[in-house]
Amino acid sequence: MTTTMIADTPVDLDAEGFLTDPSEWNERIAEAIARDNGIDRLTDRHWQVVRFMRERYLANGTAPSIRSLGKESGVPVKELYQLFPRGPAKLAAKIGGIPKPQGCI
Amino acid sequence: MVANRLRRRLDAEQAEIHVVDRDDRHVYQPGLLFVPFGLADVDEIVRPRRRQLHRGITFHENEVDSVDLDRDEVRLDDGAVLSYDALIVATGARLQPEETEGLTDAGWNRRAFTFYTPEGADLLREVLRDFDGGRLVVNLIDMPIKCPVAPLEFAFLADWYLRERGVRGRTELVYATPLDAAFTKPVASEHLAALLVEKDIELVTEFNAGEVDGANGVVASYDGRELAFDLLVTVPLHGGAAFLDRSPGLGDALGFVPTDRRTLQTSARPNVFALGDATDLPTSKAGSVTHFEAEVLVANVLSHLAGAELTPGYDGHANCFIETGFHKALLIDFNYDTEPLPGHFPTVFGLPLLRESRVNHLGKLAFQWLYWHALLPGRALPGVGPEMPRHGKRMPATHA
Repeated sequence: MTTTMIADTPVDLDAEGFLTDPSEWNERIAEAIARDNGIDRLTDRHWQVVRFMRERYLANGTAPSIRSLGKESGVPVKELYQLFPRGPAKLAAKIGGIPKPQGCI
Repeated sequence: MVANRLRRRLDAEQAEIHVVDRDDRHVYQPGLLFVPFGLADVDEIVRPRRRQLHRGITFHENEVDSVDLDRDEVRLDDGAVLSYDALIVATGARLQPEETEGLTDAGWNRRAFTFYTPEGADLLREVLRDFDGGRLVVNLIDMPIKCPVAPLEFAFLADWYLRERGVRGRTELVYATPLDAAFTKPVASEHLAALLVEKDIELVTEFNAGEVDGANGVVASYDGRELAFDLLVTVPLHGGAAFLDRSPGLGDALGFVPTDRRTLQTSARPNVFALGDATDLPTSKAGSVTHFEAEVLVANVLSHLAGAELTPGYDGHANCFIETGFHKALLIDFNYDTEPLPGHFPTVFGLPLLRESRVNHLGKLAFQWLYWHALLPGRALPGVGPEMPRHGKRMPATHA
């Protein structure tokens, strides 16, 4: 774990760049992480997913899978991949300042 | 196995026990893996459910229409209503091939198959017997699935079987998974990825299949990658039983039942418990899990009925044999906190963990006998308790 400055704020990141403490997060950090991952601007649709992810994590202690996101966030799976290329659940978690979703075993 | 265990603990004066199931065919699901390779017959792995139940348990062969949590009632498809003091949801997982675009269209059961049903496994046996080479893609659409190692085992066995048949040289074998590695946990993934390389099976990771074109033999991921196939062996999406969608408050969006990971009480109501594939727990959907859960769950149901405190006794313990072909198998053993590690099970003198051996293969075959004669009747396995044994495992420093 390392402490890094993102959007002028010190945050603790794991080896893959996920915040380890969700309380260190703010919207400017989200925008900065998004830019680093190839998303120039977070649209309302992006925010809808990021906020849903974050709320779920804070309420349940686990982040939803892509399938649950597709069923519950109001954004279908196909669009999730357009918004967050490669892994939507992982990237939305990273931008939302919550730990990497655990692949269930 | 829960009903049988409960019947032994409660006499007829204390409780009526009712079991509801949609049919009278209990499938020994681990056996399905062997059917496509001619190593087991469907007849051998299916038995009547009724015969697995002890005396003093009433069996209802019905679909569940819905559960009314406010009235403590289960409604059956014939209109009958069963009221309950305690309800145990053990309704497993349902395959949903129709949820993947195109999968059940042209090509389904012709070029694209699953071995997760007796019918599919039987059809695959014929297809593999006549398979003359080409591209065989083994794929799981997305987690969670029952027995997460089964698709890997299928790839290993296919490699062995096609070599025996002399067509392996003309076959490209591909294993495509939505995970970012061969398996969910790092140490086991490394071992399993090395086996894939050894057996010349191509590994494609982070492949979230979104669409299947069976007629043209192409499976496409949501991020636009395409894999061509002559034969696709897939594990369809899984969800909970259909009645959960008709029972407000009981299941989540995928139809799995939110359950306390230690006590197995559901978050729906204090008098509703769940185990096995039906739950949303972050452990494998595997028979061993259900067996270990059953012991904890039964104790907690009895505590609940007696008005006593529940015991947070379940640790996520699971173990699985992983068949690797050539009459060998691996064994893995793990729980919520400890990933599958090398060593021996259940003690240093036991079966080798995470290493191919003939003993593990024999263990996997012998397990079917234990399943019918010890697990389903609800007996404990000698020397194997619900808690994961640590003795015998090589713990990395970070796990100390």
